[in-house]
Amino acid sequence: MITLSHYIVLGAILFCISVAGLFINRKNVIVLLMAIELMLLAVNINFVAFSRFNHDVAGQVFVFFILTVAAAESAIGLAILVLLFRNRSTVNVAEIDSMKG
Amino acid sequence: MPNLNDILITLPEFYLVAAACVLLLADAFLPAAKRVWIHWLSILVLVVAAYLVVKGQPAGSVTAFNGSFIRDGVAEILKVFALLSTILVFIYARPYLIDRKLFVGEFYTLTIFAVIGVMLLVSAGSLVMVYLGLELLTLSSYALVALNRDSKLSSEAAIKYFVLGALASGMLLYGMSMVYGATGTLDLVQLHQAIPQSTMPHLLVFGLIFMIIGIAFKLGAAPFHMWIPDVYQGAPTAVTAFIGSAPKLAAFGMAFRLLETGMGDYSQHWQLMLAVLAVLSLAIGNLVAIVQTNLKRLLAYSTISHMGYLLLGLVNAGPEGYSAAMFYAVSYALMSTAAFGVIIALSRAGFECEEIDDFKGLNQRSPWMAFLMMLALFSLAGVPPMFGFFAKLLVLQAAIHAGMMWLAIVGAVFAIIGLYYYLHVVKVMYFDKPVEGTEVRLQSDFTLRLALSLNALVLLALGLYWGPLLSWCKQAFVG
Repeated sequence: MITLSHYIVLGAILFCISVAGLFINRKNVIVLLMAIELMLLAVNINFVAFSRFNHDVAGQVFVFFILTVAAAESAIGLAILVLLFRNRSTVNVAEIDSMKG
Repeated sequence: MPNLNDILITLPEFYLVAAACVLLLADAFLPAAKRVWIHWLSILVLVVAAYLVVKGQPAGSVTAFNGSFIRDGVAEILKVFALLSTILVFIYARPYLIDRKLFVGEFYTLTIFAVIGVMLLVSAGSLVMVYLGLELLTLSSYALVALNRDSKLSSEAAIKYFVLGALASGMLLYGMSMVYGATGTLDLVQLHQAIPQSTMPHLLVFGLIFMIIGIAFKLGAAPFHMWIPDVYQGAPTAVTAFIGSAPKLAAFGMAFRLLETGMGDYSQHWQLMLAVLAVLSLAIGNLVAIVQTNLKRLLAYSTISHMGYLLLGLVNAGPEGYSAAMFYAVSYALMSTAAFGVIIALSRAGFECEEIDDFKGLNQRSPWMAFLMMLALFSLAGVPPMFGFFAKLLVLQAAIHAGMMWLAIVGAVFAIIGLYYYLHVVKVMYFDKPVEGTEVRLQSDFTLRLALSLNALVLLALGLYWGPLLSWCKQAFVG
């Protein structure tokens, strides 16, 4: 029997993986974008699970909004990434450090 | 079902969306010589929007679209000042953008879309609306920061802003999902009612922590402030001026909606969290600002400390604290537009007047600009009788009345420490010799000088005559 807590734990694990991906990764900005997507999907799992177990559709409607915004967000993220690569010829996270202090 | 009444309540927002689309089309079809019309049209659009906000303001609070949109006094004040500061930013931005061949319609449409995001956020009545307003604001801001496509610094600032902003949205959403799970509703007013009956209080507190992290990120409160200095420094100054003004009002609006309208009954849980954020912001903002040599970066750290003061007001968790925090947000928006306005007025193509050394001996070159900058800096530092002084006084008072004397003392001590780096810039302007071989050429644009003078003088005028604005702010939180 799969209960609500299984879904919450799955969501939490995915969320932790994505946060770890954001902080540990020192190599590639594209991996950061993937981690951000994963984070939003972890949230979606939470919303759908709660929506199902609370018998309330609003959570599932929210998921559609999140998916739409996530698409717009990755479009802008990739556009900025292209810009960054054109200006600096690298997408290495460790080399993006011209501003400090 | 949505009806005509709902549309009337949300008329300013609908109008702005339509106007932004018209501007986008006009920009595509106008010949290059007439492109500058976009500037005047945008200002007109914002003035009309401000008129619609004030004119259609109902007495008390009304909701539209099944409670997902709230129009009340709080939203009115925040919207009016968000529109006003954006108008100022547009006026400052025009010569700056033309000089650097950045004068494109996108700047205006993106900024207007960001302002629509601000307006939706401060009027949000449900978690969905909070999220959508926030994303509309931040997605437009990411693109604005990257406006200067050939600048290495801009693109670096944009990617940092994007990654950290997306992380913050993710945190906020995760918190929202927990709160939704514990209460079974997305509507903030229903959430408020459902909280006492919730069978899962731990889940609720867990969600609250994540939402506060999201709010702190958007405010730029330490320890979630990492993006602020880089974005302020890397973005074109005209964009920095915008990011430093209207979005701060929006962040206050978001904090108020989520914490008071939604989780007001849990104030004993979030008061202390906000107090910790406030102390950290005051410490990091004021101490790190001392060692900065770049004025834009210095103002970024000063923003962090100012968000600490804003949090002092929120910690009070009562009408007095909220009105003090809103008064503070309004004063900060006006002060930071003035400070960045001076930086824009002294810059020209190929020379960004943003190092503190560039301000050496400014008084001998342009006494009026030095005077305006001094007004802005004194107001930011909280020197009486400037606007910023009374704003600081009110938030400290709110913290004392919340029973947190220690917090008010910390705030006062850091206000004195902060005085040092603001006065240092004033000293550089008035008592240092200008660097040989450099010259400061003023922007000759008349509207910029006029608006900038008005903006800085208003800081003095409101410092002397702050009663009406304060009672307006207080009125918004009554009933």
